[in-house]
Amino acid sequence: MTDTPLNPTPDLPIKVTARKVTVSYSGKQALHDVSIDIPDRSVTAFIGPSGCGKSTFLRCLNRMNDTIDGAVVGGSLTIDGQEINDKTIDPVVLRASVGMVFQKPNPFPKSIYDNVAYGPRIHGLALTRPELDEIVENALRKAGLWDEVSDRLNHPGTGLSGGQQQRLVIARAIAVNPEVILMDEPCSALDPIATARIEELIDELRENYCIIIVTHSMQQAARVSQHTAFFHMGHLVEYGPTEDIFTNPRDKRTQDYITGRFG
Amino acid sequence: MTDKPDISPIRTAVRKNLGARYRAELRFRAAGLGAVAAAVGILIILLSSIVSGGLPAFTAHELALTVDLEREAVDPMGDGSEESLRRGSYSRILQTAMRAEFPEVQARRDLRNLFSLYTALNATRLMDDVLDDPTLIGTQHDFTMPLADDLDLYLKGQLVDDRTLAANGSLTLTEEDGDVVVRSSATDFRDMAADVTRTLRARATVLEVEADALEQRANGLSGTEAEDMLYNAQTNRRQAGEIRATLDAGAGPIELDGSLPSIIVEADDRAVLLTSLARDGATATGRYLLGSGRLEAAEAWALYVIDTPAERRRVSDQLIVWTRALEARGAIRSVFNTYLFANADSREPELAGVKGALYGSILTMIITIMISVPIGVFTALYLEEYAPKNRFTALIEVNINNLAAVPSIVFGLLGLAVFINAFGLPRSAPLVGGLVLSLMTLPTVIIATRAALQAVPQSIRQAALAVGASRTQTVFHHVLPLAAPGILTGAIIGLAQALGETAPLLMIGMVAFIADAPTLGLEGFTQPATVMPVQVFLWSDGAERAFQARTGAAILVLLALMIGFNALAIYLRRRFERRW
Repeated sequence: MTDTPLNPTPDLPIKVTARKVTVSYSGKQALHDVSIDIPDRSVTAFIGPSGCGKSTFLRCLNRMNDTIDGAVVGGSLTIDGQEINDKTIDPVVLRASVGMVFQKPNPFPKSIYDNVAYGPRIHGLALTRPELDEIVENALRKAGLWDEVSDRLNHPGTGLSGGQQQRLVIARAIAVNPEVILMDEPCSALDPIATARIEELIDELRENYCIIIVTHSMQQAARVSQHTAFFHMGHLVEYGPTEDIFTNPRDKRTQDYITGRFG
Repeated sequence: MTDKPDISPIRTAVRKNLGARYRAELRFRAAGLGAVAAAVGILIILLSSIVSGGLPAFTAHELALTVDLEREAVDPMGDGSEESLRRGSYSRILQTAMRAEFPEVQARRDLRNLFSLYTALNATRLMDDVLDDPTLIGTQHDFTMPLADDLDLYLKGQLVDDRTLAANGSLTLTEEDGDVVVRSSATDFRDMAADVTRTLRARATVLEVEADALEQRANGLSGTEAEDMLYNAQTNRRQAGEIRATLDAGAGPIELDGSLPSIIVEADDRAVLLTSLARDGATATGRYLLGSGRLEAAEAWALYVIDTPAERRRVSDQLIVWTRALEARGAIRSVFNTYLFANADSREPELAGVKGALYGSILTMIITIMISVPIGVFTALYLEEYAPKNRFTALIEVNINNLAAVPSIVFGLLGLAVFINAFGLPRSAPLVGGLVLSLMTLPTVIIATRAALQAVPQSIRQAALAVGASRTQTVFHHVLPLAAPGILTGAIIGLAQALGETAPLLMIGMVAFIADAPTLGLEGFTQPATVMPVQVFLWSDGAERAFQARTGAAILVLLALMIGFNALAIYLRRRFERRW
C-alpha cells in the first residue's frame, strides 16, 4: 500500500477519508489498516474477490457494522473532516447523510409514495403534504422513475420490477438529500437492460453526490467509476484513477484479478 | 428417447430404479391422502356426535299457566314493600294454578306428584317477575316455566319406548268395586294380551334356564355355597311354574304390573291404566289416572302403550298422563331453550344455563389478553431486537421455552400461592383465573412472536436503518407490522388453549358450582365465576339425564366461542395484511 497515493487526483476535493481502519468480527480480522481518500462528486468503485473486505469497508461508512453483534471497527474515518467512527457520533444522524443501496432491492412493503416519503417523514424534512409531495417527486425524477410510476404512487413498491425496485430504493436514499451514497453491488440481481439503466443513473447522480460502489463486475467499474480501489484478503491493494488501474496496474495481484487469473 | 436403446450409462442407471422412485412417490401421496381422510372422518364423527347429542338441549318444553297474583298472597304485609313482596307465598300460587288444571286430584300424595311437574325453584322466578313489575299484583299473570327435566326428555322421546295403537271398536267405561271395567266392541286388546303372554312365557323360560345352570354348578360343589345355589334354582322354578300355571289356566285375567309394559286407554279427557287383561281380548280392568265416571260407546279412543316397564323408568305413568293431557290442552309448548342462555348453573337441569360460565370465560379472557399479549409481545421484541446475544439471554430463552412445557396445573398452584395467598385476591374470581391463564399463555405468545419477528427479512431492517431510522422506529414502523399476522396467530393459539383449560383453574376455586353469573363489568372480575370448559366438565358429571344433552349444548357454545375467536383473528390478520 505504501506505493499507492491516498489521493490519486489531488485537484478534486476530498469527501471521505479513512486512516488505518480495521474491522474484526468476533475477533476475526476482516479488514487490515485501510487508508484511503475518496473525492467528492465522483464515483469510486471498490473491486475485489468475494470476502476481500470491500463490503465490510463500505458498511463502516454508515456504521452499519454497529448492527452486527461482535463487530469492532478501529481506526479513523471522517466525512468532510468530521470523525464518524466515534461512539459520540449518533449513527442515526450519520445514516441520514449517508444513503445506502443494497445488493437486493429492498423496498418497504408499502406504497411507492410511502417508500420515498419514509426518510423525509421520520426526519421531519417536510412540514406540509405539498412539500412532501415535492420531495417525493424530485427524488423519483432524479432516480429516473417518475415517468414510470407517477400514475400509481399508491401501488405497493414491491409490485415493481427488479430494476424499478432498485431505482425506487435509490429514490428513497436520495429523498433525504444525503452527501454520500453507498451502493453494495446494486446491479448484481438485475438483468443487463436494468443494469444499464442504473449505471446511467449513477452517472447522472455523480454531479451532486459522492458515490461509492462495490461491484463484482470489472466492466461496470470501468464504465461508471472515476476511481477504483482493489481489495484483497482484507487489504487495500491498489487505488487510483480507474483508467490506470485497468490499463496499468502496479500490483501483481491487481493485474491477476483484472485479467481474470483469479477471483 | 423412449424406445431407442440407451447409449449413455446414466440413462440406463436412472431408468433402472425409475419405477421404484415413482412407486415410492405414489405410496407417500396415498399415505398423505389417507391421513387427511382419516382426520376429516374423525372430525365429522366427533362433530356429528356432539351436535346430535347437544342439539335437543336447545329446545325446551315450557309449561304455561295463568296464575292468580292475589294481593293477600303476594303482599302479606299489605304495604307493597320489597320485604313484603319477598314474603309472598308464590309456591302456593303456582300450586293453586296447577290444581285448577286437574281439579280431581285431591290426595296429598297425588298432589305432591302433580307439583313435581315443575321444580319448586320456579316460585323464586315468579317472585322476581313480581319484584320487577309490581303492577302485576292483583292480576291474572301468564307465567311460563320449564317442565321438569325428565318430562321434557319424555316429550323429546328420549326417555321411554312408546307407541299408540288405533282402536276399532267403541269403548265403554264403567266403575265396578273401585275398578274401572273397560269394554270394547271389538277385540282391541287381543294383540296386547298376546304380547304380554309372550313376554311372560319368555320370562319363565329365562328363569328355568337359570335354574338349570345353577343346579349344574351346584353338582360339583358342596357346603353352604351349593345349598344356596340349589335354593335359588328352586325359587326360580317355582316362579316359572307360577307364571306358566296362570297363563295355562285358560280362563281368568292376565294381571299387569310394573314389570310389564304400561297400557293406557285414552278417551275423551280420560286415561285408564290397565291392571288386567281378560282372555277374550275385548275386556280389561284398570284405574283412572285422569278424569272419572262412566263413558258409553265412545268411538274416538286409542291405546297408548309404554313399552319401557314402569319399574325401569324415572317417570311414573301418572306423570306421563298429566304431561300428555297438558300438551293436548296446549299448556305445554316446545320452545327455544332461553333458560340455557339466560341462567347460570343450577341443580335443576331445566333451569341450568351457560350464562355464568360464558360471562366468566369472557371476563377471564379479557384479563388474559390484556396481560399476556402486551407482556409477551414486548418481551419477544426486546429479546429479539434489542437484547445482546449472550449467556444470560440464552438462559432466559431456554427458560421461556421450558415454561411452555410446564403442566398447566402447576400454574394453578402458583396462582394459589401467589395471587390468592400472598396478594390476597379473592378465590374463584375471573381476575385470578385470567392471571393464571396469562402465565400459562405467556411462553406461547413469546415463542410465536419471536418466530414471527425472525421471519421478517433482515433486508427490511437494513433498509430502515440505512435511511436513518432509529432502532425503535425500525421496529415499530416496519418489523412489528410485518410480524403482526404471525404474532396474532400465535397469540390466538395461546388464548384458544387458555379458553379450553380447566386444570389450572381447579386450584383457584373456579371449578365449582356457582349459581350466579358474574356481572359483565369491572366488579365482575372479582365475583365468583366459572368458565365454559368447567361447565362442560361439571355437567358431564351430572346425575340427571337431562345434563347429558346440556353437556353437548355447552360444548357447542364453547365451540362457537372458539370459532368466533378464530374468525376475529383471521379478520384482524387480513386487515393487517391489507395495510401492506
